[in-house]
Amino acid sequence: MEILMSIVAGILFMAATYLMLSKSLLRIIIGTGLLSHGAHLLILTMGGLKQGTVPLLSEKAASYVDPLPQALILTAIVISFGVTSFFLVLAYRSYQELGTDDMEQLRGNDQQ
Amino acid sequence: MNNFIILPVILPLITGILLVFFTKQIKVQKWISSLASLVTIVIAIALVQRVYENGIQTLELGSWKAPFGIVLVADMYSSLLVLTTNIIVFACLLFAFRSIELERERYFFYPGVMFLLTGVSGAFLTGDIFNLFVFFEVMLMASYFLIVHGNTKIQLRESIKYILVNVISSALFVISVAFLYAVTGTLNMADLSARVSEFGQSGILSVISILFLIVFGLKGAIFPLYFWLPGSYQAPPSAITALFGALLTKVGVYSITRIFTLIFVHDPTFTHGIIAWLSALTIIAGVIGAIAYSDIRKIIIYNIITAVGVILFGVASFNEAGIEGSVYYLIHDMLIKGTLFLIVGAIIVITGTSDLRKMGGLIKNHPSLGWMLFISAAALAGVPPLSGFVGKLKIIQGGFQNGEYVIAMVVLLSSLLVLYSVMKIFMNGFWREQVLSKEEEKGSTKGLLFPIAFLLSLSILYGFGIEMVSPYVSQAAETLLDPSIYIEAVLKE
Repeated sequence: MEILMSIVAGILFMAATYLMLSKSLLRIIIGTGLLSHGAHLLILTMGGLKQGTVPLLSEKAASYVDPLPQALILTAIVISFGVTSFFLVLAYRSYQELGTDDMEQLRGNDQQ
Repeated sequence: MNNFIILPVILPLITGILLVFFTKQIKVQKWISSLASLVTIVIAIALVQRVYENGIQTLELGSWKAPFGIVLVADMYSSLLVLTTNIIVFACLLFAFRSIELERERYFFYPGVMFLLTGVSGAFLTGDIFNLFVFFEVMLMASYFLIVHGNTKIQLRESIKYILVNVISSALFVISVAFLYAVTGTLNMADLSARVSEFGQSGILSVISILFLIVFGLKGAIFPLYFWLPGSYQAPPSAITALFGALLTKVGVYSITRIFTLIFVHDPTFTHGIIAWLSALTIIAGVIGAIAYSDIRKIIIYNIITAVGVILFGVASFNEAGIEGSVYYLIHDMLIKGTLFLIVGAIIVITGTSDLRKMGGLIKNHPSLGWMLFISAAALAGVPPLSGFVGKLKIIQGGFQNGEYVIAMVVLLSSLLVLYSVMKIFMNGFWREQVLSKEEEKGSTKGLLFPIAFLLSLSILYGFGIEMVSPYVSQAAETLLDPSIYIEAVLKE
């Protein structure tokens, strides 16, 4: 199961890298979304995917899944959510101000 | 009463939250933020003294025992950095009072600075690697806000790139933490260090250590990963650039130092060898940029990159002289980069341009600014009585002890080119014939000179009073060189 998940995360990283190397700003932001998905899946995988019940003590099971990676992912998700929303609004603002979403034209030079 | 350690983190946080409620009363904002900043300086001094007298201070948050809860750890290295950070924030605040426009001040500028301070102090004080990630994000989120604050075209354009690079490096950070957790099963730095030395640093741990080097190298702008820095740092106003230049990259440098002196210390020929060569290339890239440009901001920005290389070379030699030198040089560099960015900011206020070819003869009307630039240029290059000397001396000594003569010579030669690049500003901007007469100047330096003089005099004192600083620095170096001191303080074995 871990191998399958690693391959899936790898495909997500691949797609993210491809999208982030493209010209359009919106495709880049979609790439960052995929990148954070891949990272979060990877934390879950690396914590181990052993059989066990949900980490609730009321379940009274013999074994539970590792609760720590889940807390880490939850933290990472809200952080990347905040950053992504900031980034999207920034993209919107710069489209309004600069009139383009083409990264080639956003290159800039020393004369500003 | 060990709750003391958390004060440098929580005080700016509370101040930031408080300031959000008074956004339109700028007087109140200024008073609260400068008072809070002064109080945190006093607290940081007390923290340094406490660590000096009683050894490493730890605080287990929520009274959970060490590897299971989050621990804040104040050793001498982090407390010295917290103190320097607070001093720089105070000076930048004073500079911002005079130089930031009213429109910017009305929209959460001071809360932004306070949250940035929270993130930086937290990153210095934490003892947990995922908590370090969270404090990095606090710091970065505040820096995203400050870099785009004001919405000019160049800021919008450059902040897109800045945010993109940092989003990628944050994802890499999360991935590296995931790998490290899979191998060791812990997140506490002291526990990590203990377990890594138990397992021996196998191939997989060396791979993870290089991943961390890439992550922190992206934050701290080392050789192949510095490409984002020159563009981003020239976009925001000078007060903000000074904060960024003095603090943000140094957090990356601090993290590299911490990781490679505490956790991954068992295969130094591989990891520290790579760091040494990367630092040499970083220095070369930095000085090439610094002598190539005639834009005064770009010159100082490339000097940040050079300094990062010099500090990391000290860390890479991993002997007493090298580590002590890197601590000396890191503190010196934070102070002097703050000073230089503020001086450049004042020059831009006077001339209205950052192009060196369009200015000249400033010494006639601004002699004090000119001589302050002259002294800080000498200090930056490491002229003996001033602050940059001892650090560089020790770093080169450490390099020689390890037999890395080539890189040590690169460090020596880089000082010459650094001196040339900043003297270029002095000779072209302040000497030559006068371009602007008193009436043609674009703005006045009223109130701007005080924070510059404050930082510069601290840096001069640091240079002359090195005897007074040295017991503190050698205590910091002792902890960095011997991870068992740190582990015992945290895990209380």
